[in-house]
Amino acid sequence: MAGAIKEARPVAPQLGTGGAAPLPVAERLPRLALIGNPNSGKTSLFNQLTGLNQKVGNFPGVTVDRKTGLAQLGGQRRAEIIDLPGTYSLYPKSLDEQVIADLLYNPQSPDYPDFVVVTVDASNLRRSLLLFSQLADLSLPAILALNMTDVAAERGVQIDIQALERELGVPVVPMNARKGVGVAALRIVMADRLATAPAVHFWQPDATVQALVSEIRAHFELHNDYLALHYAQQFRHLHFLSDADREYLATLTEKFGFDPTARQAEETVGRYARINELLLDIVTVTRTERREPTSNRIDKVLTHRVFGYLIFLGILFLLFQAIFAWAQYPMDWIDQGISGLSAAIQAHFSGPLVRLLTEGVIAGLGGVLIFIPQIALLFAFLAVLEETGYMARVTFLMDKLMRPFGLSGKSVVPLISGLACAVPAIMGARTIESWKDRMLTIFVTPLMSCSARIPVYTVLVALVVPDEAWLGIFNMRGLVLMGLYLLGLTSALVSAFILKKVLKARERSYFIMEFPVYRWPRWKNVGLTIVEKVKAFIFQAGKVIIAISVLLWVLASYGPGQRQNQATAQVQQQAAAQRWPAAETERRVASARLETSYAGAFGHVIEPAIRPLGFDWKIGIALLTSFAAREVFVGTMSTIYSVGQDADLGTVQQKLAAEKDAQGRPFFTPVRALSLLVFYVFAMQCMSTLAVTYRETKSWRWPLGQLVYMTGLAYAASLLVWQVFS
Amino acid sequence: MCCLKDPEMALKLLEMGCIPGTRVRMAGRAPLGDPLMLVLGEEEYTLSLRVSEAVTIQLKD
Repeated sequence: MAGAIKEARPVAPQLGTGGAAPLPVAERLPRLALIGNPNSGKTSLFNQLTGLNQKVGNFPGVTVDRKTGLAQLGGQRRAEIIDLPGTYSLYPKSLDEQVIADLLYNPQSPDYPDFVVVTVDASNLRRSLLLFSQLADLSLPAILALNMTDVAAERGVQIDIQALERELGVPVVPMNARKGVGVAALRIVMADRLATAPAVHFWQPDATVQALVSEIRAHFELHNDYLALHYAQQFRHLHFLSDADREYLATLTEKFGFDPTARQAEETVGRYARINELLLDIVTVTRTERREPTSNRIDKVLTHRVFGYLIFLGILFLLFQAIFAWAQYPMDWIDQGISGLSAAIQAHFSGPLVRLLTEGVIAGLGGVLIFIPQIALLFAFLAVLEETGYMARVTFLMDKLMRPFGLSGKSVVPLISGLACAVPAIMGARTIESWKDRMLTIFVTPLMSCSARIPVYTVLVALVVPDEAWLGIFNMRGLVLMGLYLLGLTSALVSAFILKKVLKARERSYFIMEFPVYRWPRWKNVGLTIVEKVKAFIFQAGKVIIAISVLLWVLASYGPGQRQNQATAQVQQQAAAQRWPAAETERRVASARLETSYAGAFGHVIEPAIRPLGFDWKIGIALLTSFAAREVFVGTMSTIYSVGQDADLGTVQQKLAAEKDAQGRPFFTPVRALSLLVFYVFAMQCMSTLAVTYRETKSWRWPLGQLVYMTGLAYAASLLVWQVFS
Repeated sequence: MCCLKDPEMALKLLEMGCIPGTRVRMAGRAPLGDPLMLVLGEEEYTLSLRVSEAVTIQLKD
């Protein structure tokens, strides 16, 4: 079977390669790759074809990893589609683009496509065809998806499609992928496998490198000169080559005195010359009126020296108000629903299993479900900003401001995405070409307050800050929350500044990028993003949270040996001697049992270390479980404080408010809550972030540095707060 | 646009469509004076780049 899969490779007739007769196609699904410039609507097309939706745009978090999907192509035919990252050429400049080189230069790769669908921006055909021309010279069978015909029409660009098809020798399908126009035609073309290797060769390597190219081609048995040239050009970065291959290419290129930079520039200029010639009669631009495009006029306002920043600040402020004030209503419903359910079950049934269900599982579940409104709102905001093209302008506005800190405007997007989750944000930093900028961004991103901290912030802020309006409009809690976020941001910038001094890499940092035109967000895409993120939160974070909640319930309910029973007996003796009322006895028994449980023992061990911060052993348990993931904090608190308490004390907040210190005063004073909040702002308590930092930096130095630095910072800051203010 | 002075930067600029002979117009600056916003070619698409990157582009007349 494996052999059959391998042999069935050339599904489409490969012109110009002259061998391999097409083999039976039913053996496996045809595999095709989607490739195109950033902002050419490639991801939109992918969504249209596969129905699996992601976000649209060329920004971090969108096409970081190679995505695949299954497309129905009319009739019974189906195809597997690989969505490749957006790129301007086949010479990769970032890690993202490296994926493309590794795939397309290695015909032995299991993902090597049978043909490629090249999306091009019809309003900027000349530049888009650069990439197409390179693909054509690799003799890859292709279909040209002429996208964004609406933008082209708006700008007065007319394209003679038949002539283009004739000149390029590949099928050309005009379309508007965002609206789904032309997608049906594309499916038909794909189903008919009309993809043919392009007839035109755009560019031939110069005679001076021909000897080198021929030698490489013969050595690796490649089907094409241009591919051989790319081996010479990029062998240092191609992952599929062996060390021996690289050694061979290094000696060979040196022998021929090969200058990759000059040659690549020459190639690009040569290609454009050919493309210009070809498009001369195909593209005509008629401008009915000399009017600036709408996008440029919007830019005048959104990047204005005063309004630009005001609007950006306004958007951020709206974001925090939404997360705190608006999300409160649905959160209350969920909260009441969960505590109502718990109380109803406890009223009708009893026994250890029921207690495990209500105090372990349902309490943990409540800790997960309650944050759905906030997470949904946050991702909705980020998706809209990205969909409209505003994120690129934010990069532009912030570049000069970020540079003193050793970051670039491109760091802003990972930092803002860090408000949602540090994991995709750190992966998003791949689009930063400069090594130093990228490392700084990765290192400080976890200091941005991510959505996992929202639960902690929400509960503690609501506990000690009154729900009042300040100056009549600003919600006090919203302001405190914004303060916490600003604290995170400030610490990220200051840390970057310090680290900039430590890291001594002399390397250029690039900023150049294209501005996408402004567009209305596709609400379907925004909606699907929300669903996808919420689902990921429930099923990934949720599993951990519930598992830890149950584990904790067990640890908090049972203890080593007979210590729990001894403590219970002791309290009951005291109760009999002092004639306590039944309720008082029950509370003291529960408290004594928790203290002598496994969890209690755990908390007591670390209590000496955290006492200077104002934390007791119960918070100690929560801090430890938070190292798996921060959002576990609330579930943990809920579980620890619900053990033995009345079921009608439903919400976490009520449980925390009911907690008394030794003198019988409320345990959670504003200063204690502040110390805890500050700890959570700074502390590195996320296994996933450490894992992703390791993966992205390929070194344990960075994640360990993050862990030590952030946790140290958290300890110092909390110590300061508690010692100064209490 | 006449020529590109910095070979490494030139590769990037070329791929993004900054080809010698293209019409280029400065459409604006970021509020703090850097980066710049350039509008290129007949297609009038917008690139943003830093002043330090833009100085590698030499202009004709």
